[in-house]
Amino acid sequence: MSYSDWEAVIGLEIHAQLLTESKMFSPDTTQFGGADNENTHPVSLGMPGALPVLNARAVEFSVKTGMALNCEVRKKSVFARKNYFYPDLPKGYQISQFDLPICENGYVEYVLDGELRRVHVQRAHMEEDAGKSLHQGEFTLINLNRAGVPLLEIVSGPDMKSPAEAAEYARTVRKILRYLNVCDGNLEEGSMRCDCNVSVRKKGETKLGTKVELKNINSFRFVEKAIEYEIQRQIDCLTTGEKIVQETRLYDPTKNRTFAMRSKEEAHDYRYFPDPDLLPVELEDDWLAKIRGELPELPLTRARRFQSEHGLPEYDSFVLTSEKALADYFEIVAQVSKNAKAASNWIMTELLRELNEAKLEVEKSPIGAAHLAEMIQMIDSKEISGKMAKEVFADMWKTSKAPKEIVKSKGMSQITDTSAIEKIVDDVMAANVQSVTDYRGGKVKLFGFFVGQVMKASKGQANPEMVNQILQKKLQG
Amino acid sequence: MNVLTSSLRQLSDAIRKKDLSSVEVTERFMGQIEKWNPKINAYITLNEKALDQAKAVDARLAKGENVGPLAGVPVAIKDMLCTKGLRTTAASKILHNFVPPYSATVVERLEGAGAINLGKTNLDEFAMGSSTETSAFGLSRNPWNIDYVPGGSSGGSAAAVAGGMAAAAIGTDTGGSIRQPAGFCSLVGVKPTYGRVSRYGIVAFASSLDQAGPMTRTVEDSALIMESICGRDPRDSTTSAEAVPAWSKQINKSLKGIKVGLPKEYFSSQLGTDTRAAVERAIEAVKRAGAETVEISLPLTEMAVPIYYLVCTSEASSNLARYDGVRFGHRADFSKKPAEDLAEFYCRTRGEGFGTEVKRRIILGTYALSSGYYDAYYKKAGQVRRLLRQQFLDAFKQCQLLMSPVTTSPAFKIGDRISDPLAMYLNDIYTTSANLVGIPGMSVPAGFSKDGLPIGVQLLASHFQEQHLFNAGSVIEETLALKELPHVLQ
Repeated sequence: MSYSDWEAVIGLEIHAQLLTESKMFSPDTTQFGGADNENTHPVSLGMPGALPVLNARAVEFSVKTGMALNCEVRKKSVFARKNYFYPDLPKGYQISQFDLPICENGYVEYVLDGELRRVHVQRAHMEEDAGKSLHQGEFTLINLNRAGVPLLEIVSGPDMKSPAEAAEYARTVRKILRYLNVCDGNLEEGSMRCDCNVSVRKKGETKLGTKVELKNINSFRFVEKAIEYEIQRQIDCLTTGEKIVQETRLYDPTKNRTFAMRSKEEAHDYRYFPDPDLLPVELEDDWLAKIRGELPELPLTRARRFQSEHGLPEYDSFVLTSEKALADYFEIVAQVSKNAKAASNWIMTELLRELNEAKLEVEKSPIGAAHLAEMIQMIDSKEISGKMAKEVFADMWKTSKAPKEIVKSKGMSQITDTSAIEKIVDDVMAANVQSVTDYRGGKVKLFGFFVGQVMKASKGQANPEMVNQILQKKLQG
Repeated sequence: MNVLTSSLRQLSDAIRKKDLSSVEVTERFMGQIEKWNPKINAYITLNEKALDQAKAVDARLAKGENVGPLAGVPVAIKDMLCTKGLRTTAASKILHNFVPPYSATVVERLEGAGAINLGKTNLDEFAMGSSTETSAFGLSRNPWNIDYVPGGSSGGSAAAVAGGMAAAAIGTDTGGSIRQPAGFCSLVGVKPTYGRVSRYGIVAFASSLDQAGPMTRTVEDSALIMESICGRDPRDSTTSAEAVPAWSKQINKSLKGIKVGLPKEYFSSQLGTDTRAAVERAIEAVKRAGAETVEISLPLTEMAVPIYYLVCTSEASSNLARYDGVRFGHRADFSKKPAEDLAEFYCRTRGEGFGTEVKRRIILGTYALSSGYYDAYYKKAGQVRRLLRQQFLDAFKQCQLLMSPVTTSPAFKIGDRISDPLAMYLNDIYTTSANLVGIPGMSVPAGFSKDGLPIGVQLLASHFQEQHLFNAGSVIEETLALKELPHVLQ
């Protein structure tokens, strides 16, 4: 996408809900979907004298993420109070991190259009979520189940120039979060939220334009569309001589437009100061080393290894590493079957198609990795043909049975005994003397007819390659 | 024995030996409350379950069970501490209807140690004051002279114990709120080392300064209560894992080898003559027990009150943001005139709910934290606070204890200072440093003014060195052997 002599500058703030069992500073559950205001300990309600106690898991998950985003992890970070009044903010302040966040100065790499991109990660800091307000006519209803849920806010640099780049960055961060199993990355349920800062400027200009923050974006497709719309809106404004107002705008996916938030954005003075209820978070070297040791191989590294080690094309390697479980699945099939190419093909075409249709995660696949590997081995050892394999695969999907069992119960095993096939070929030729004569007289198209007859006589079990060879030899006489 | 003037220790011994029942003792205090509380106004809310608690203790005693070190003794609790099922107001209209679904850790621990909760005592609204005159539930009076303030902010607690309406009480001390009223009412009051006592369930005023502590008739009683309430609490990250010694059993009345520092800045010309004389008698007492005195200088003393008022107002402005009428507490009546917007909802609710002094401090604190002023005020205060701490740490290299007056003069008359906030703030000149630095402090009765008003002496020790306070405090208590009683107990 080109904007003639304009360019866009995009930065993302991603809020990742950490997959801890309890909240950031209190023992109530983070489970989604409880009755309204059910998960509300006095700490979450901001009751008098209720004090926050830091969830150690949230720190671990944040550090893990920081490491995976190539950040410097601060050995001493500090929680600060961000003060503002809002009915769904029970204490009148949010506990967040301000000048001393836990992670800083990292980067995320991804490949877009065959080119390696690197986006700077300015910081990743821990904070608690607010509750949820539901405005209904004259009333506002408040649900505080979400209040206090742990979030990691990942702030990118203003490094991206196109909507596609921004969306791919967000997808990559999500992929990493899911690899680490620290966030489920569900944009629809809001467990991952993506706020986009967008500004435009004339090409060659070094000063940043006035930025607009886009919120309420619940899919990667909408990340792209919302930014796309916003860039054009800003360019249109500027070309007609209007000024861009620094504001927060909401994206409406049904109209594919962004709207200024109804309430006037006031200049907030958050009066940040260190939270006296919490001690600084101090991390020891041994513990940091232990966490680093627990990091899994990350998607980009893994994709590159799939290319070099298993000889996969770049595209396949990216598809197969899109989810950690899928990559794990592939590696098991590849290792057990000793045929990475076939493993990749079966997963990319057959398995993913079925999974997508059934809307299943690979973890829930009715076909286990070991069974798929066994099936590939059976093809390679010529126990079954590729055609039979498709049938076996369909059966495995339905029954979750082992391929050997299916082949056996259906009497499907392939005939690979030369003399047995020769006998069938002889019988077929004897029953079709005229056709043999015609073939030998030059009607070579009849070859297919003979293959069909032999396969039919063998009930489809004869090895097709052997049938080809033997037929050719015998027909030539 | 006279129940109303006995020490907590004497009462718990008598109850444990079954010379008295907890019910008898509790009823005796309830009788005194009925007689005097209407005049003194020490309590905001009485605990209707106090007698049931006493009966339960007696029943357990009858079965030969161990009922804890505070066995069946009735105590009063400052209304800053949440009590499950019992209204907790912080003496503010904004919490006039708040009944907590949980108890403060201190309350749980007291009850676990066998104490009976008589009720919730009056205080300056949100503990912001030095006279208990800013309470939304009316002022409290000093049992030694009802025209005088009992001090504050734990004035209700002090008045309850001094007036024989509880055997002991719990107060909170953010800048002197235990020690000053203890001094004004001839009681022992202890502000523990920051981190000794859990703040969980205590209405927060200034989180980095607040500590709860005992207000008692004797030094030993304070030690006993401290043993029950101190110690790490997993619900308060700022509590210390430091072991809690058996202070009461280790009181040593020989002060040989102990050096007592006398900070010269605390004995300036503004110190009243009666107070000076009383403090000097206490100094004589510790010297006679073998202590040596040394002159100490704490040049940053004059900065303590300004730093204190920046830190406490800043933290308070944030801590009090939660009182917004949304989830609990007072909400303005919008039935006749609905709020136009959210701001009006907050303004009307908070405008009605908070008193003048609380509003003043919220505004001061909001200002000190505002962008553009933060560096000059809050941040600078933090820097000076660290220097002040260093000055105290250096002082404690030369001595184990510091001795000083608690206030420049004894209790003042009701109404005398309430219209002059600055004069009121200067009341805290000798007490705020201990909170800013985090060290423990004690107020011990040291005599009376010519007008018969109590005078206290302050002892300060290094972090976690409360034993020194109990030792020297016991010496002063024993040597001065004060026998006077307020007229409400005569």
